[in-house]
Amino acid sequence: MIKPGYYGQWGGAFIPEILYETFRELNATFARCQADKTFWQEYVELMSTYSCRPTPLTYAENLSRHFGGAQIFIKREDLNHTGAHKANNVMGQGLLVKRMGKKRVIAETGAGQHGVATATMAAKFGFACTIYMGEEDVQRQRPNVFWMEKLGATVVPVTSGSRTLKDAINEAFRDWVANMDTTHYVMGTVCGPHPFPAMVAWFQSIIGIEARKQIMQHFGKLPARVYACVGGGSNAMGIFQGFLDDREVELIGVEAGGKGIATKQHAARLASPDASPGVAQGYKTMFLQDSDGQMCDTHSVAAGLDYIGVSPILTDLWEKGRVRFAAATDAEVMAALDLTIKQEGIIPALESAHAFVHAFKEAGSLSKDEAIIINQSGRGDKDIFTIAHAFDDPSWKAFIREKGKQYAAD
Amino acid sequence: MQLTETLRARRAEKDILLMTHLVLGYPSLAVNREVVRQMVDNGVDCIELQIPFSEPVADGPVILKANQEAISHGLKVRECLEFAAEMAATHKIPFLFMTYYNILFKYGVEKFFKKAKEIGIQGFIVPDLPPEEGEEYLNLAKKYGIAPVMIFAPTSTDMRMRELAGYGEGLVYCVARRGVTGAQTTFDAAFHDYLAHCRAATNLPLAVGFGIASKADVEVLKGKADMAVIGTATIRLVEGKGPEAVGPFIAGLR
Repeated sequence: MIKPGYYGQWGGAFIPEILYETFRELNATFARCQADKTFWQEYVELMSTYSCRPTPLTYAENLSRHFGGAQIFIKREDLNHTGAHKANNVMGQGLLVKRMGKKRVIAETGAGQHGVATATMAAKFGFACTIYMGEEDVQRQRPNVFWMEKLGATVVPVTSGSRTLKDAINEAFRDWVANMDTTHYVMGTVCGPHPFPAMVAWFQSIIGIEARKQIMQHFGKLPARVYACVGGGSNAMGIFQGFLDDREVELIGVEAGGKGIATKQHAARLASPDASPGVAQGYKTMFLQDSDGQMCDTHSVAAGLDYIGVSPILTDLWEKGRVRFAAATDAEVMAALDLTIKQEGIIPALESAHAFVHAFKEAGSLSKDEAIIINQSGRGDKDIFTIAHAFDDPSWKAFIREKGKQYAAD
Repeated sequence: MQLTETLRARRAEKDILLMTHLVLGYPSLAVNREVVRQMVDNGVDCIELQIPFSEPVADGPVILKANQEAISHGLKVRECLEFAAEMAATHKIPFLFMTYYNILFKYGVEKFFKKAKEIGIQGFIVPDLPPEEGEEYLNLAKKYGIAPVMIFAPTSTDMRMRELAGYGEGLVYCVARRGVTGAQTTFDAAFHDYLAHCRAATNLPLAVGFGIASKADVEVLKGKADMAVIGTATIRLVEGKGPEAVGPFIAGLR
């Protein structure tokens, strides 16, 4: 028999004793919400009035013609309120927090999307909010920091460790073990101790439920393949759940190849030979770690994929051969982004663009009467500083220099 | 178990025992060696050797930094084991390992127990391994005669405490308050009530840690607990005044 919270040999709840009661309460509330049909209705209703659900499935006619193979469809999670699929999980957990009667939420954030979504939910529901963000990510994603603060959240830059997502998670846990009586930790992805992987996957399943219905409507049959980028894995789990039982649909998770797998500067846990089984941040999965079990520094142009571990649910699906994994390098991501913007007038987030890279590599080899779906987890215009920098755009640089001069003169 | 008996025997002679803690490799093993000597010479009853881990979620900023610096200086688990072997052979008090589960998991849990037994380590404290996840760990602890130290928290119910006590050996580590290591603890009525609940749940020696930093703090625990745990305070002391300040500090605690 498999223990609750386990997916094959992965997952679990490796939590300090101080949080035992908090998790007991969280598990009980989550189970009650799952059993209560009106809870899901309330969630769907909220997402259709406050966010933009159902998000469209866009037929990418020009890209399909460009590659001359499968018909390419894009699931538009970028059109959610706050610009990414993160809103799904956050609003769901917000409803859960209301039921638990807690008054404060905390969260980690990498790219800043989960932080902005959490700060937005907190503003709407009247919760106090603190966001932990690696100092390096604060630098990379300044516009999101600006919005979180405007939304009333306190943003705490995390200066320990590698100053990225994993360190932000550690700091959020440190806050939680002191303040669990009033505070809920809104974990942003399908990682961490049980019940978080199950809970976040449940809220994100709305993506897959819609996508399956939409592709049947627009295309009349199931897609051959579904592509999603994988950091922690929440958008991938979201869309994959719509097709898990359809064995003929191949599911592909795309991780951050960074500067290339051979350089070791990447965040490919399942698409590289570099990760090994471990237990950290409350759960068991494949981690990028050294032979002593110390976690490695990871690298990606996309802050949201720059993480040492991956969802235990995805690791299990990978081990069972249900989900195939690939990696896209920073350079490939920029090229795919450029092409998508020019061909379709759609700007994917750097994270999402990883999924596009691999879909583009394979689309041409499929026949025209087949369809593929790419999950566009977020929009890229929030990455303007990073994207403009990565394109080395001269007019953008001139603008920033000029702006800097103006501020310096104030 | 050996650890339980040793602590009970010592407790019969003193009104409170002292357990100290250090992070291996911080600032260096050479300094650790001197700090341990000063601790033992000044009557410490038990020492926790923390094997650094890159993600120490239960630790506050001081111990977190110590963990990360030790690792960034290239400290390996193998060196920690060698150092612990030397300490256990040199000093006649019990030594425990404190670390996070991934260090054991990656080393091989049984291999780690076997090695620890070989070098004379008497107990383990693993704050991110609740008994629900520790079936293999608890079985190996029995097999190798190493005490799996259980942790009580102010949020633990009476039922939970009794359950935990059933899994534990050696001592029970009572976390004095919510939060992480190194912050101040208030010894109010709720704290004393909590210790009374801990006492009622187990006959094992009770060690109290988190925020214990002075003679006054140790005094508060007399008659209510068996052992005071000094962690962050000595790390701060070594950072500020060097290892030679540790001896007088320990001597002044009771």
